[in-house]
Amino acid sequence: MPGTVAEDLEIIDAGRGGGTGTPAGGDDDGGSSGPLRPVPRRAYFTALQLGLAAIVMFFMALASSYIVRRGLGLDWQRTPLPPVLWFNTVVLLASSVTIIVARRKLEGGEREAFRSWWWVTTGLGLLFLAGQIIAWRELAASGMLLATNPSSSFFYVLTAAHGLHLAGGIFSLFYVTLRNWKRSRISQSTAAELTSIYWHFMDGLWIFLFVLLTLGR
Amino acid sequence: MVTHENGGGHGHHQAPTGFIRKYVFSIDHKVIGIQYLCLALFSVFVGMALSALMRLHLGWPNAHWSIFKGGLMTPEQYLALMTMHGTIMVFMVLTTAPQSGFGNYFLPIQIGAADMAFPVLNMLSFWTTMVSLLVMIAAFFVAGGAPIGGWTSYPPLSALGEMAGPGQGAGETLWIIGLAIFCGASLMGALNFITTLIDLRAKGMTLGRLPLTCWTWFVTAILGLLAFGVLLAACILLLLDRVAGTSFFIPGGLVITDQVITWHKGGSPLLWQHLFWFFGHPEVYIAILPGMGVASHLLSTFSRKPVFGYRAMVGAICGIGFLGFCVWGHHMFISGMSPYSAFAFSILTMTIGVPSAIKTFNWLGTLWGGKITFNCAMLFALGFVSLFVSGGLSGLFLAQPALDLYLHDGYFVVAHFHLIMGVAAIFGMFAGLYFWFPKMFGRFLNEGIGKLHFWLTFIGVYAIFMPMHFLGLAGHPRRYFDTTAVEFLQKLQPVHVFISIAAFITIGAQLIFLFNFFYSLYAGKECKEENPWHATTLEWSIPTPPPFDNFAGVEPVVYHGPYEFSVPGAADDYIPQHLAPNLVKKA
Repeated sequence: MPGTVAEDLEIIDAGRGGGTGTPAGGDDDGGSSGPLRPVPRRAYFTALQLGLAAIVMFFMALASSYIVRRGLGLDWQRTPLPPVLWFNTVVLLASSVTIIVARRKLEGGEREAFRSWWWVTTGLGLLFLAGQIIAWRELAASGMLLATNPSSSFFYVLTAAHGLHLAGGIFSLFYVTLRNWKRSRISQSTAAELTSIYWHFMDGLWIFLFVLLTLGR
Repeated sequence: MVTHENGGGHGHHQAPTGFIRKYVFSIDHKVIGIQYLCLALFSVFVGMALSALMRLHLGWPNAHWSIFKGGLMTPEQYLALMTMHGTIMVFMVLTTAPQSGFGNYFLPIQIGAADMAFPVLNMLSFWTTMVSLLVMIAAFFVAGGAPIGGWTSYPPLSALGEMAGPGQGAGETLWIIGLAIFCGASLMGALNFITTLIDLRAKGMTLGRLPLTCWTWFVTAILGLLAFGVLLAACILLLLDRVAGTSFFIPGGLVITDQVITWHKGGSPLLWQHLFWFFGHPEVYIAILPGMGVASHLLSTFSRKPVFGYRAMVGAICGIGFLGFCVWGHHMFISGMSPYSAFAFSILTMTIGVPSAIKTFNWLGTLWGGKITFNCAMLFALGFVSLFVSGGLSGLFLAQPALDLYLHDGYFVVAHFHLIMGVAAIFGMFAGLYFWFPKMFGRFLNEGIGKLHFWLTFIGVYAIFMPMHFLGLAGHPRRYFDTTAVEFLQKLQPVHVFISIAAFITIGAQLIFLFNFFYSLYAGKECKEENPWHATTLEWSIPTPPPFDNFAGVEPVVYHGPYEFSVPGAADDYIPQHLAPNLVKKA
């Protein structure tokens, strides 16, 4: 019989994937056969990115509906944007800065400083939400309700959808500080990093929506 | 570099002992997979019962049946049956069983992982799906009954509430809420599937060594992740139109049941159609792709040959997934869209024929010259290929705007999507079930009863759906309750009778399957081997049924591609993926 099994295997590669020989590694994990690995840290980052992709699709659906509906409407009226939105935007941008500072402190081992900056971020997040509610109240007081006009309908829908997602971010801000991390699958710093990515994303999303609402109103 | 986190990872979690943690709120992907399958099994019988009632009416429209009040079905009842049949079948059966059911059970095992990346999230997605099913089923029991707007729920009639029909009140509201919940469940599931496949593959399990089943679950999950968010957004807007008085989808000046709608204006029903079909078309592939994976897997295993053109198959799966997002407009050819858009959508739609043909020819290439075993699993896989071709070819007719103008909203369309999306996907599920049943439950499904089930079903579905093409060509519109009032439809009535009889025989055959399922579960031939089919993938390397953490705490190593059958020079006609090269016996 000519050749070895291994050689024959090398020859026939159609439908066989990577052939034989030393395993190339399904991923970049080191080590050979052994006990099952815990869920690698990067899985959390993969999941977060995927979650953000789904959120992008959700908001893109709303944003394209906004653009399409506006283009159709002979009934589209201008919704005056409450000035408090500018203040809210500044608050949210500031919270993105403080969360960066907080994470630097955590990496530097200054746990107390981390906690303070993290609480400041949480506070700014809550302040933003409160500001959004004030914006809603101002708008409602001026007579622009959810069903008044497509323009105001979209204003409420987009800000509410963003607000709910941001509330999720505030929940994880609380979670990072309040949970006992000794018995968890991931470390506090990983959780803080994941939260901060989400937070920055929510910040960017708000800027996008604010620009959209400003240009489109 | 990979940092391993502190604390216990999933590889170390202990098997739960209490009944509730073990079987109800389980975080074990295998239990969750079976839960999904049970949910789908329940739903498929509900959906089938609804279709039986519809066929009863369509076959004998003037006969009196004691199950209906006054002996006759009302048009509203018919439309409610149709709506709920479609909804339950599409969401609770075709979306859950092939992906969340089999995928949950076998994806982690086939890639060599102990569980999904996020077991608790996995549990949550199942129970959220369950809630959404309950909410939808509840629509039957509220005032006015189930919605009557069809599974696509087009506004403005779906957005106006009770005035648009009895089921369009509370029933429709529950329908939309149920669907929104389902979106959330599917997003969680999709996220878990993709993360698991990307980050939890065992050593040696390169992308080129992934079984095609895993490839299809992976691409399906990506489709779900990108599509369900859009449907969720659409559901929210529709719900607001109904309950908050907004006008996203409702145009002005409508007259509904002699009433002029003055409190809505300016909205666009087409906006809903765009959003819905942007989700709806990928949804078709969410239903069918896992079936393609199972068919490829089984054709290779039972003809003892490698999958012909593995890389082309992977390319085709990805191609179909990508194109699935570019063709939603072909559902809207007659909506008044610009002929130029229609042309673009038409060309893109027909382009899907290319990856589909690649798949079909490669399936035939896999079979060619193989040592084929015609067991039930293989028969259903072959049945899948047959139905995929017959259902797919009519898609090329419908993809052309000029032809679609005539065929749209007729029985031709009904025949097309039932064959390709409904029946083919269900054949994929049956194939998977006959194949994996011994691994899941430690017993084989009965082959004799199974073959009876297969032939009755195979001939039955063709007998049901082939004549529908002719109804469609003759101009028979779909969703019509009364087929007796129109002269040219009266002449088609014998075809309806034939279809109804075929449908009842086919439904009877599913009772045979149900019997087989429970009989085999308790009294079927025992499967004591790890690898009764002499298959190659990792699920056949572990005990039957699999232990709690699949690989008993030892991570497998993968050395081979997924379909190494009849390798020249090897003693056995298959080489399991985990077999070290020095252990491969030579002839």
